[in-house]
Amino acid sequence: MFSMGDEENLSIKKNDSSTVSAKSIVQKKLEELGMKFCEEIDRGVFPTIQMKSRSTSNIFYSPKYKQYILGDSKVTRSSRNIAHLRPFAQMVWTAYFVHELIKQKKTSTLRDVYYSAQAYDIFFKDQSESDNIITDLETVIEHPRESFNVFPEERSAVFGDLTIEYTVPGYEGRRMNLSSHPDGVMIGPALTDARFIKTSADKVIVIEKGAMFTRFVEEKVYERFNAILIHTAGQAPRSTRYFIRRLNRELGLPVYIFSDGDPWGMHIAMVIISGSANAAHLRELTTPDAKWAGVWASDIIDYKLPSEKLSEIDLKRLKELKNDPRYEDRHWQKQIDLFMKIKKKCELEAFSRYGLTHIVDKYLPERLKELGA
Amino acid sequence: MAILYGQITTNKPVKVISSTGNSRIVEYRLMIDIEKNRPIILDRKIHANLRAKSKRWQGTVVEIHLRGSYAQAMPKVLEYLKQTAMVNPYANIIFVDPRGRLYKFDRTVEKMPPPPKEINPHPYGVDVETLQRIIRSTTEDNMLKFMQKHFHRVGEKIARDFLRKAGIPEDRDPKSLRPEEIVDLVEKMKEYDGFLPPEADCLSPLGEDLLREGVLKELEPEFVAVHQRKPSAYSGHPFIVEVAIAYGGKVPAKDDILLYRFANKIPLVYDESGDVCWKIVRSINWRRYNLTPSMPFAIIIHVCSTKIPYKTLGKEILADQLEVSREILNGIREVARQLARYLSRKERVRRQVRRLAVFSRYLPKIARFSAELAGRKPPDISKLYQRKQVFKDFVTSNEYVDSEIFDSRRYNVVFVHVRNRHEENPASVRVLGLVNSKWEVLIPETALTSGSEIYETLRGKYEAIKIQARSLKPNKESLIDAYVDGLSQ
Repeated sequence: MFSMGDEENLSIKKNDSSTVSAKSIVQKKLEELGMKFCEEIDRGVFPTIQMKSRSTSNIFYSPKYKQYILGDSKVTRSSRNIAHLRPFAQMVWTAYFVHELIKQKKTSTLRDVYYSAQAYDIFFKDQSESDNIITDLETVIEHPRESFNVFPEERSAVFGDLTIEYTVPGYEGRRMNLSSHPDGVMIGPALTDARFIKTSADKVIVIEKGAMFTRFVEEKVYERFNAILIHTAGQAPRSTRYFIRRLNRELGLPVYIFSDGDPWGMHIAMVIISGSANAAHLRELTTPDAKWAGVWASDIIDYKLPSEKLSEIDLKRLKELKNDPRYEDRHWQKQIDLFMKIKKKCELEAFSRYGLTHIVDKYLPERLKELGA
Repeated sequence: MAILYGQITTNKPVKVISSTGNSRIVEYRLMIDIEKNRPIILDRKIHANLRAKSKRWQGTVVEIHLRGSYAQAMPKVLEYLKQTAMVNPYANIIFVDPRGRLYKFDRTVEKMPPPPKEINPHPYGVDVETLQRIIRSTTEDNMLKFMQKHFHRVGEKIARDFLRKAGIPEDRDPKSLRPEEIVDLVEKMKEYDGFLPPEADCLSPLGEDLLREGVLKELEPEFVAVHQRKPSAYSGHPFIVEVAIAYGGKVPAKDDILLYRFANKIPLVYDESGDVCWKIVRSINWRRYNLTPSMPFAIIIHVCSTKIPYKTLGKEILADQLEVSREILNGIREVARQLARYLSRKERVRRQVRRLAVFSRYLPKIARFSAELAGRKPPDISKLYQRKQVFKDFVTSNEYVDSEIFDSRRYNVVFVHVRNRHEENPASVRVLGLVNSKWEVLIPETALTSGSEIYETLRGKYEAIKIQARSLKPNKESLIDAYVDGLSQ
């Protein structure tokens, strides 16, 4: 929360130390990598690259970062080794390609990278091979691929009083308020890289389901609760997780997540908070301070919500979550135990049983109050 | 057999013309006295060998009349001749068949194996019939001398010891032995364990070199391994087993292993499934040698003995004689091991060549994109790796010719890859390295048969590397490609 007076200053300063500078750091790291390889060849030494191992034996949960991180074990990839040579060349090309993307302020997707390679006589067996090389490059450069301008397919959206300024070519300096379109604005490359200029919001509400997001917009939740609304459309894409983190870190806004009341909904919230094991090599995709605001197992009882029986698969998933270090917190454990006890689940839409606005009028204010917002 | 068969079906004599290359050529017309197993000479002529001394005719012509279905027998007849040529690589064989077609099997070597020496029978191998014959013809009048004179490897000491144990007085006249005593003597000879094993110089094996030549000539394989077992004996009969294995080239890949059997240089072309050789071949776990029966390889087995252990009177299949079978098995194992080594080496070469191809494919890309990233000109990857073709479609001559020189000062490991691409002619190559301004031979003279290749890794510091190649056979040019690859680490 900050007043109108200093928000301009604050946000610009933070912007400089975030996306724009992240890009230049990445750019510099890529150039250094190219220079290292050139110098090695000049000396008659086969280029090598060292990176943290991403094998499951080297993935640990860090209570400090509240996310999965990579341990100390490292792998060396050497161009002297025939088995490494092909992925080595693929990685150098990928480094070159994303460097060009950053330089020319262009963006790409994983699929696009896979096809682009063929124009340079670099071949990937399939997209999973090229995806894997990009993950290698993330590990080496220690920045997510969004910093290399490689974005996922967009499907999530944001709505609320947040003025942003584009940095993408052709839109530089152009500003927009994210409440200008009632369907919300897609969280794509342009938005991911935009500067945050000003906001009156004092919190972020993340919603898993499209229907509920629309209801929140219609019911003016952004005004009534001073909130920026984000629609994840199921599991949040990485650029959305990165965007949520920026809202939390750069603007200091607390984040509340609403997902279905079942193990799958819990995990959507958890990945936003603590990340996934697949991204253990990255630090910029999590928002450890974000809170899971519902639907809790206890809500099913307290709000007498219509529910369905948990299936075998749901129960199996709950057991997995119970032993997952990310869920060791008491509140999570309590909710897991309760789900297992009542053997019931319920979707966000279940509140409509008591009228379309029930969720906004009653549940939301009570929950936010309970969480101290 | 052929003469006998001709005689009983047509009653015509056999004509034999022969000369050793001296001034005379002899011509005989013969028939066989079947009852006495003796030749009947019908006609004998002597012709003058008229040409100049060095060009005189030398050889043997045999003409036989026999009744048979040539159309049916032709494949076997030709197979028989081809196999005969295989174990007689020093012979020119010319066959004019009943349809008037000429088949030629040319010799590839001039050398012949040493002729066998005549020896006495070994006491272990003598039967009653043979013993009676010896007694009839002997001039010795006491058993001590008789034993020494007529039996293989029997000296005075052994003769005395044997006669004492057999209970026969030393001064007994052999001619006085009664028939039942002769039978008893044969038994005693077999029971006595003091006789020395027979010597093998009475045998006429081909030898490894000639066998290799013969197999190369008739099967034209990519690889051949030959092995001659040490002389051995069964029941007093000395024998030697020779085995070869031929792989690839023109050896066909069939559903099953190709097996060639020979007894005293005679091909055995009938009834092969009943032969002990097949039993032995089947008992071998070929997978242990990285081989499967459907791969293109042939096994050649030559058993050489004063008495081949035939299973039947037809003299076509070998019986399972323990000592002989053991030698055949061990012989096959030895050549199979050599083939397995060759194949794994070949596979290593293939892998190495593929490995190096990966370097030349990806290193330039790593250099190019690294340079683009760094915003500078690409580094020189020849500091890491370089490939140079030093012979390209090079046609060899009779003398060694140098390839292009490969500057190897930067590299710690150098790979040399030489291929003879000629369809027939072999080449001879060697590899030299420059050390302290002097050329040293790194890989000594190596024969490269048609289509074959060598691939060697050279470790150590050399200033330069070059390859030399020449034709292996005079005026038979071969076609050489050679590459040298250098790696800095």
